[in-house]
Amino acid sequence: MTYKITRFLALTFFALLIIIPSLVVVFGSMKSDLELLTNPLALPTEWTLNNYRKLLDSSEIALSFKNSVIVTTFSVVLTLFLASLASFGISRVMNVTGRFLFVLFTAGLAIPAATSIIGIYQLFVTLKLTNTIHGLVIINVASTLPISIFILTAFFRQLPQEIFESASMDGAKPLRLYRSIALPLSIPSMGAVSIFLFVITWNDLLYPLLLITRSDLKTLPLAMLGFRGEYAIEFSMLFTAVMVASLPMVIMYLLMQRAFISGLTAGAVKG
Amino acid sequence: MENKTETGALRGASLRSEVRLKKKRRLADVNNRTFLLMTTPAVLVYAVFFLYPTLTNFRYAFYQWDGFLDAEFIGLNNFVRAVTNDDVLIKVLGNNIEFSLLVVIFQTSLALLFAVYLVKNTRASLALRTLYFFPTILSSVSVALIWQFLYSPNFGPINTFLRSVGLDFLALPWIGSETITLRALAFTQVWFHTGQMVVIYIAGLQQIPKELYEAAEVDGASRWQQFKSVTWPMALPTTAVVMAYTTIQSFRAFDLIFTMTSGGPNDSTSILATRIYLSAFNDLQFGYAATQSIFLVIFIVVLTGLQRRVFRAKDQ
Repeated sequence: MTYKITRFLALTFFALLIIIPSLVVVFGSMKSDLELLTNPLALPTEWTLNNYRKLLDSSEIALSFKNSVIVTTFSVVLTLFLASLASFGISRVMNVTGRFLFVLFTAGLAIPAATSIIGIYQLFVTLKLTNTIHGLVIINVASTLPISIFILTAFFRQLPQEIFESASMDGAKPLRLYRSIALPLSIPSMGAVSIFLFVITWNDLLYPLLLITRSDLKTLPLAMLGFRGEYAIEFSMLFTAVMVASLPMVIMYLLMQRAFISGLTAGAVKG
Repeated sequence: MENKTETGALRGASLRSEVRLKKKRRLADVNNRTFLLMTTPAVLVYAVFFLYPTLTNFRYAFYQWDGFLDAEFIGLNNFVRAVTNDDVLIKVLGNNIEFSLLVVIFQTSLALLFAVYLVKNTRASLALRTLYFFPTILSSVSVALIWQFLYSPNFGPINTFLRSVGLDFLALPWIGSETITLRALAFTQVWFHTGQMVVIYIAGLQQIPKELYEAAEVDGASRWQQFKSVTWPMALPTTAVVMAYTTIQSFRAFDLIFTMTSGGPNDSTSILATRIYLSAFNDLQFGYAATQSIFLVIFIVVLTGLQRRVFRAKDQ
């Protein structure tokens, strides 16, 4: 009996710990700042989207949103393509070189992003890649290749070897093996990888902070950091920005909970 | 007569399989080159834009450089400074250890507790898992802004609530205090990622054979005894994974801490990751920042090595 009560209390407490702040943000985005401060938990007295209109008019958030969409889409697609091609190659090369390549990529997993920021900054300045969208895409791809290759190689390695052997005996070339056998079979793993790539790229602050200073090139997290200075501590406006930045992820999460949970858990090491 | 045809057939078969084997080998050699070629685009991007800057990063550790003018080689001076003459770095190391320890201890034990509670695939427990997991999809910047509001000393909901129920002495300056804020940040990090670890734990717990629990029940073991003698030892490999993930995540809490406090007040919430960034881009000491990033790598290697050793010892 006491077990049931403590279980209920603990589970409810943590559930409220997530529900209440979420509601504060949702309601807060429809309140004036004064209303948010005096009554953070109450429903908004008037259900309006005024804050959203004000944010759209007075800031470049629409532009940041567009930048985030472009950067995330290109980064995810490119990473998926390069990583799946390389992982398939690595899983088929059954010698020292294959193993070496695998170790080379997974070594990148152990290195936290903060370790290489000076080298990356210096390289990107030299190559004139700072303050460019494609520069941001390049660093996203380079830094997410290790985790993607780690997961996809593990997947390709556990496929039965006979499929590939008999197909190549029948004259299928490696690229054909990749396109007609490996890719279709790996759709679930690729889905998982694409989801966590999507989430970590959309949410990343470090690389935009490092490489982007022009306001028209900022992604959402970087733009939000700027708003905090701009709006002083006008939290109703900040929460409106939080809503705009989180909504795409929240909608997709609600639609594909299971895929999100397994995908993000597979990429948990990337934090 | 019969015997002869049989051996003939056998010989033919072995000949055919030999041909087949040869063809297979030749194919494997030709294909190996193509397979290697398939890895080159990824290897190039990774080597040029990640490995190379990571290595030059280490090179700058031996230079004095403001990020703009020419870098000047100064040998081990940066290292000497880091070890003998940098109180802030020592403070930051202490912060990092405290932050990571708090996060690992609380996140792992909470995740285990909730996983035990939610291990059955009932509708309610699936719904709660989905809810607990929810913060994971938010950006660190969003989470930081939300908790900055909740923690606000004067008007924040947490302190308003505490005052309204007469617990004024608990209404602490969660943000902006040199003693409490690091712990408040650790709490936010735990709030952020516990749901993810619950899912990992549940996957581990569901693999424990049911017979073990049945046997324990026959022996009259209480719930706590079952946990101690079945769940805990059987979930040890999962615990190792969860602790390793949590440790790595706690070292990567750059986004969260940078947005919430930028390491302040007075460096009391800075961890190695934020300190490296601030040394370079605020103090314009790129060389010294690079030196500190070597400390970060050493720190992580030692920590993960230690964890691995502890769990290997426990396994035996």
